[in-house]
Amino acid sequence: MSEHVVPDGGAAHGSRKSYVTGFVLSVVLTAIPFWLVLGKVLERPGATGAVLLGLAAVQIVVHMVYFLHMNAKSEGGWTLLALIFTVVLVVIALSGSLWVMYHLNENMMPSSMPDMRQMP
Amino acid sequence: MSEASPRFYLTEEHHPENGTLLGFWLYLMSDCLVFACLFAMYAVLGRSYAGGPTGAELFDLPLVAVNTALLLLSSITYGFAMLEMQAAGAGSARLGGTLAWLVVTGLFGAGFIGIELHEFAHLIHEGAGPQRSAFLSSFFTLVGTHGLHVTFGLVWLVTLLVQLSRHGLIPENRRRLLCLSMFWHFLDVVWIGVFTFVYLMGVLP
Amino acid sequence: MHNSLDLTRLVLGRLTWDAIPFHEPILLWTFVGVALGGVAVLAAVTYFHLWGVLWRDWITSIDHKKIGIMYVILGLVMLLRGFADALMMRLQQSVAFGGSLGYLPPHHYDQIFTAHGVIMIFFVAMPLVTGLMNFVVPLQIGARDVAFPFLNNFSFWMTTFGAGLVMMSLFVGEFARTGWLAYPPLSGIAASPDVGVDYYIWSLQIAGVGTLLSGINLIATIIKMRAPGMSLMKMPVFTWTALCTNVLIVAAFPVLTAVLALLSLDRYVGTSFFTNDFGGNAMMYVNLIWIWGHPEVYILILPAFGVFSEVVATFCGKRLFGYASMVYATVVITILSYLVWLHHFFTMGSGASVNSFFGITTMIISIPTGAKLFNWLFTMYRGRIRFELPMLWTLGFMITFVIGGMTGVLLAVPPADFVLHNSLFLVAHFHNVIIGGVLFGMLAGITYWFPKAFGYRLDPFWGKCSFWFWITGFYFAFMPLYVLGLMGVTRRLNHFEDPSLQIWFQIAAFGAVLILLGIVSFIVQLVVSYLRRESLRDLTGDPWDGRTLEWSTSSPPPAYNFAFTPRVHDNDTWADMKKNGYLRPQDGFIPIHMPKNTGAGFVIAALCAVLGFALIWHMWLPAAVAFVAVLAAVILHTFNYKRDFHIPAEEVARVESARTRLMAAYV
Repeated sequence: MSEHVVPDGGAAHGSRKSYVTGFVLSVVLTAIPFWLVLGKVLERPGATGAVLLGLAAVQIVVHMVYFLHMNAKSEGGWTLLALIFTVVLVVIALSGSLWVMYHLNENMMPSSMPDMRQMP
Repeated sequence: MSEASPRFYLTEEHHPENGTLLGFWLYLMSDCLVFACLFAMYAVLGRSYAGGPTGAELFDLPLVAVNTALLLLSSITYGFAMLEMQAAGAGSARLGGTLAWLVVTGLFGAGFIGIELHEFAHLIHEGAGPQRSAFLSSFFTLVGTHGLHVTFGLVWLVTLLVQLSRHGLIPENRRRLLCLSMFWHFLDVVWIGVFTFVYLMGVLP
Repeated sequence: MHNSLDLTRLVLGRLTWDAIPFHEPILLWTFVGVALGGVAVLAAVTYFHLWGVLWRDWITSIDHKKIGIMYVILGLVMLLRGFADALMMRLQQSVAFGGSLGYLPPHHYDQIFTAHGVIMIFFVAMPLVTGLMNFVVPLQIGARDVAFPFLNNFSFWMTTFGAGLVMMSLFVGEFARTGWLAYPPLSGIAASPDVGVDYYIWSLQIAGVGTLLSGINLIATIIKMRAPGMSLMKMPVFTWTALCTNVLIVAAFPVLTAVLALLSLDRYVGTSFFTNDFGGNAMMYVNLIWIWGHPEVYILILPAFGVFSEVVATFCGKRLFGYASMVYATVVITILSYLVWLHHFFTMGSGASVNSFFGITTMIISIPTGAKLFNWLFTMYRGRIRFELPMLWTLGFMITFVIGGMTGVLLAVPPADFVLHNSLFLVAHFHNVIIGGVLFGMLAGITYWFPKAFGYRLDPFWGKCSFWFWITGFYFAFMPLYVLGLMGVTRRLNHFEDPSLQIWFQIAAFGAVLILLGIVSFIVQLVVSYLRRESLRDLTGDPWDGRTLEWSTSSPPPAYNFAFTPRVHDNDTWADMKKNGYLRPQDGFIPIHMPKNTGAGFVIAALCAVLGFALIWHMWLPAAVAFVAVLAAVILHTFNYKRDFHIPAEEVARVESARTRLMAAYV
């Protein structure tokens, strides 16, 4: 059966340049976190953690754009919409679970109850 | 019956757009949610050491850096394979290039899995297996699930190498390569989360 | 000698003759009955030489219409099992007071309420919903099939074999005794070392894969395969609800997969996710499972809402009121369903600030549903209402579901929920919305689309009997439970001390008997309709004066659905076509490209079921072999590149002119 459309179904594709750019960016965005932790560069672990998460988020975007060719036109915009929806749900599930579990642990786990701390 | 094209139906065969790439993307979104649950589990239990070893005591960060490099390299080599696939020109020449880069990708991937298995074996040998504590349960499950996905990707890759050798770069095989491409890059995205959240933040106090 | 003992262990695991319940008379006689019935069915199929037909036209079919019908059959068959569990519970609870212990000890009773819940949600409601969506959506959007016909077949068989595993637990081993959500630590290996929870886990994991793939399939179908001219806002409302339902499926079922996998790791590997020691946290299971569980109930109800939208518009002879607001309400419900999950465990102890947040979101989510109800009412206003059976089910739904919804809003208030959580009030609430909403919706949909699927309408008299028995039975069965719940009676009890409660349970049992009559009437309806099918025949394909594209095809439609792909100009496409002088094309037919039937889906799903059974019984060697076999079968299937064929133009012409003759016979 002959194909009337582009053989790869019109999927977005990159160029050698975009793959290499993405690769270099990713290397940099990976090297910095490893250096920060291995070199114990920042004083407070909280600050280190925040920077790590931030850099990870940036690198994920780099992967999405340069390797997965994420754009608003692919599949009539449905690819991006599905991704945004998924990200929203992941954020809700992660932050919701952390919030809920933090409160549950505070209220209900033995280590947080004065009487239970004496238990063996 | 009207002479002009009828109002309520098409007289030519209608080919709906192929849904494979969208469908596979949707599957990846669902896989994203599976990993989100495993990350959530790790977030909640990741400091429950049950008196056992911690991440700081166990993780070999230089080895993790090597593993990360292998996976990242495999991503770009897969990208080169895709460029070969999409380039115009003589069929068999492009097929050879595609196959070669796929093999390199597979080797990097196999290296990644090899190192990970070595790491797991070492941890278990040290008494830090998944049964030791909730922290280790969630570590092994999250990292192990990612590794399992990579393994399935390798099986898929080998299958595609056979199918490409048999049938060449026909449209069906191009679609399959695109799907594996999405899968492979998605696994690298998940790994960013793993090395950041599990390994790097895991050694922080 | 040592080696052969090891080999036996590796092959048979913990499966022994003790697994067969020879000493339980109820189970034994059930098995005898099922075995005799099964033998009778097999004998009949053989006698009428139907094996070839069964394999070629049904088991290996990738036709969405056949698959949809098989899903509905699965759901209705499992309804009989799930309802049998309900009858047993009602009977036990109506007699077990004070000195009388009833006939079901807790060990058995606990399996019954667990199985009842699991079966009704996963193997009755989900298949019915999936079946209707499968059958109707491609027809409504003017497509020939779904986006991935092979996956569709495979999804069906995964669901069916999942049901099969649950049914096996009746006769080989036992089922879980944990309730339908199997909370740890009770479901952990320490408290439930037997096979019951493993049956639960693997049947749901297998069925879950089928459901997830089905979700992906239908989303891709709706996005990619709509007929030209059918923009999103011109889709029928049922297709909109199907789209949102399948988005929920793809977004929620992975969570169930992950959580059950974690539970199985705890049971098989000895991890500490949900244990009481080594740092585990059982509350995280409850949290995660309800992140799945709440969207799940919207997966069940949204298609029912879609059915009602179609039925109300058709039987009032009017365009649906407020199409745009219906669409927005559905989308809003889809998103909000992810923000309410904690209301299922207000009492677990997350505290006032968390509980207030989720209580408020729970109240907010009732608003779009209310908007839908008003839209249906406004559609009925000034319409020419025809009280056909689907409309009766819809009216029953409107009254019953609203009551259930109101009790839901009551439960959304955390202080009230602290009194009513896990009481019979809760049980009454969710049966109220599931029976009044989902079940009535499915029966309305089955009645509405039955002529399309089989070519003849269902007998109205027995249908009305079924309806009236169901609706009065429901009220007698569950209103007493609201009273009992408010008085403080806890759910899942098999025995009570206070004799003053007994009358309420007896009324509830009476209600269950009425529902039994409703189910019997439904079966009689099916039989009578088949026997009277010539007098009930649908000759035109449009028995209800419908408004959407499926009614433009013959009843049943040909394999290819549409000889020519429709061109869409407006909502209520078929109504638009009828109004604007549509003429059925009589010639100019072209060859039609169709996918081939295949047995691969059935085989792979069967191997998955074998894998599941082996894992349940710790038969490690068979499990390993089955796993490799599944992988091999899947890879082998991908080597099949020849998956389609063309229906020749002459064949299409033959089918279409046969329909022309049939329609001419209808005066």
